[in-house]
Amino acid sequence: MEIVPEITRRSIENLVGNDKREDGRALDEYRDISIETNVISKAEGSARVKIGGTQVIVGIKPQLGSPFPDTPDLGVLMTNCEMLPMADPTFEPGPPSEDSIELARVVDRGIRESELVELDKLCVEEGKHVWMLFIDLHIIDNCGNLFDACELAVMAALKTTKLPVATIVDEEVVISEDETFDLPINNELALCTFVKIGDKMVIDPTLSEESVASARLNVGVTKDGHICSMQKGGKEPLTKDDILFAVNLAVTKTKELVEHL
Amino acid sequence: MSDIIRDDGRKFDELRPIKIEAGVLERADGSAYLEVGGNKILVAVYGPRESYIRRLLEPNTGVIRCRYNMAPFSVDDRKRPGPDRRSSEISKITADALRPALMLENYPRSMIDIYIEVIEAEGGTRCAGITAASVALVDAGIPMKDIVVGCAAGKVYDEIVLDLSEKEDKEGQADVPIAMMPRTGEITLLQSDGDLTEEEFAKAIDLAMEGCRKVNEIQKEALMKKYSIE
Repeated sequence: MEIVPEITRRSIENLVGNDKREDGRALDEYRDISIETNVISKAEGSARVKIGGTQVIVGIKPQLGSPFPDTPDLGVLMTNCEMLPMADPTFEPGPPSEDSIELARVVDRGIRESELVELDKLCVEEGKHVWMLFIDLHIIDNCGNLFDACELAVMAALKTTKLPVATIVDEEVVISEDETFDLPINNELALCTFVKIGDKMVIDPTLSEESVASARLNVGVTKDGHICSMQKGGKEPLTKDDILFAVNLAVTKTKELVEHL
Repeated sequence: MSDIIRDDGRKFDELRPIKIEAGVLERADGSAYLEVGGNKILVAVYGPRESYIRRLLEPNTGVIRCRYNMAPFSVDDRKRPGPDRRSSEISKITADALRPALMLENYPRSMIDIYIEVIEAEGGTRCAGITAASVALVDAGIPMKDIVVGCAAGKVYDEIVLDLSEKEDKEGQADVPIAMMPRTGEITLLQSDGDLTEEEFAKAIDLAMEGCRKVNEIQKEALMKKYSIE
């Protein structure tokens, strides 16, 4: 746990109160975003995303497995996130922390609820064999707003994922060695994260803004403007107006974000 | 000397293409990125900082802690996240390989953390990890006696060759990873598995040391590139 000096807290609060930020951005402005795809040749899908100094790598690996009994004809998505101790002096090695589980689940929820991955196309044999997609997020540099970086990375990696063709021959699954197909994706999505500082909602917070914020709100929106996931975090409450403001801005900002994909 | 050509077209004493970059992360005190063949390795260093783990604290010297970790997507079949027996062993011998170059006695009650992340693996990750970790230690500004460097030699199709690829490691008869301090030639890591005669072993260690010296030049270039004032 890092202690925030009172002078940092006051200066950030004063800046935001005057619609300014420590790095000169507007309250509704993102830092520079860069996306590289196919960065891991051994993964079927991968991406490296930077938002300002924040950096994450995601790899997607498929495995054949059994479907859940209630969805026998649908593939399975599993999102896992490692907040590596290399990324931040306060991250510890060991089993995933609460924060890292929340991060993975919020990122997963956007992808899952928007139904942008056509899971029915991942069924090889109903009730028996489906593709399970393991989405592994690696946080390598934490300079704030891991949520949006992770969601962008997953989205970019899913779009470039190629799966081997699997067929049933004599009741056995045969996986083709050279034939692949593009993972069927029918939409795009981004997550917009806000923190509340004073009485203002600030988008894409830096680490120091996160540390002085009273509350956080993640809004997942598809590029056609459907809100498909949300999560409130942080110690203090938000007002209805805060939330409506954030949702409204997230719909506009998502259109900008998905252009990077 | 033999003039065989290997599966990937290399000569017996040729390294895979290698690239090192120093200072690639914002938060870490020191960091490095290394690619050799199909390996992609990222290393971060934190410290020396106050040891917040009491049982590791030593009143008269600093402590180095190393964590070697493979990303789940770094290998063909997804690896389950978290430490296993292999990575725990590599973490330990990596710390042992780097410790002799550090002047830990100057940092009582402190620790230096080294985090080695294998983003993609293609044979020889432990040596690559050590090589990258030394560059990250220098990048962190930690005084050192030398830049430790790792390289392996091995036996493939009855020939002693340098820097085994993943395929050669699987098909080969022996693998001898070493790490050394090039200024004095002292060896700080040595492992060997497989079948070697005494003569072959002597040849392998000579070849690996020669490889280390070549890689050491690339380490120095990476640091010069980052820190030379021009």
